[in-house]
Amino acid sequence: MKCIIIDDEEMARTIIEQFIKKNPHIEFVGEFSNAMQAFKFLQQETIDLIFLDIHMPDFTGFDFIQTLKNPPNIILTTSDRNFAIEAFEYDCIVDYIVKPVSQERFDKAVQKALNFKAPENPQDITTSINKAENDLYVNIDRRLIKIDIPTIYLIEAKGDYILIKTSEKNYTVHSTLKKIEEKLPENVFFKIHRSYIINTQKIIDIEDNSVLIEKFVVPVSRNNKPELLKRLNLL
Amino acid sequence: MSYIHQISDGDKEFETKLLRVIKKELPEEAKIYSQNISKKNYLGAASNVHKIKHKIIILGLPKSHEFADNYENKLRSGIAKEEAKFEKILQQMLIFIDKH
Repeated sequence: MKCIIIDDEEMARTIIEQFIKKNPHIEFVGEFSNAMQAFKFLQQETIDLIFLDIHMPDFTGFDFIQTLKNPPNIILTTSDRNFAIEAFEYDCIVDYIVKPVSQERFDKAVQKALNFKAPENPQDITTSINKAENDLYVNIDRRLIKIDIPTIYLIEAKGDYILIKTSEKNYTVHSTLKKIEEKLPENVFFKIHRSYIINTQKIIDIEDNSVLIEKFVVPVSRNNKPELLKRLNLL
Repeated sequence: MSYIHQISDGDKEFETKLLRVIKKELPEEAKIYSQNISKKNYLGAASNVHKIKHKIIILGLPKSHEFADNYENKLRSGIAKEEAKFEKILQQMLIFIDKH
């Protein structure tokens, strides 16, 4: 079984690598300090097992799993026992080992992976990337919440925060319009005013210097109106 | 050190490598933790403590690990009252790894 390690702590990776090398059933292929690096690697390689940390900055282990359509078998490695129940909501999670890990406990987890039914398809990275491109993760109250980008119709600046309005619900996030603008597809989203970004596909009508989106009338700055009109399919 | 000896199973090369990694990583983590405490970024500091507490247990300090576990939870709730005690543990760890 080919395996990789994803953990932002080098000491933890060093220990797991040592355990892998001592286990005759698995082959160490690589180690990654963050989920995005691993994601890029998985575009090129198919692997059978991931040793995955939960607590990582920016992108947690659970967030990472959600980006994979058909994830390989995963053994979670964490210092926190509190996620055990959540962990087993994922079919791909074979075991949950709490740090510090012993070789004996590690080998037991590997044995579970060997006995575990292999996923029918290796990880479908292409689909995952397409899916991931449609997702935006925002940090709210210590949780990374996934927002489906096409559902966003309006983003409003509110001091140090931005208010993201979607067809499902609204989110208040500590960020700036500039930061979120960089994360959104520029052919769809447009900053029409210093305090507003809109999804141009959700425009209902435009009147003088305002745009109607859903039930909201949003001002358009004079300088941005020509660019907005250029983007529309005008008759 | 008993945990390190246990997992190394006599592999001195691995023991040296692991201590080298701790020597490199712990001061960096301690520095970021202190910066977060100074900025009153308790959530960030809690994440730092989360990482550091793994090292606490690896270095064989179970009582300090228990304290760090509670301290991490308090930081997540915005309480940093036991900052001085954790700082003391950090300094002890830094001195310890410096000797090895």
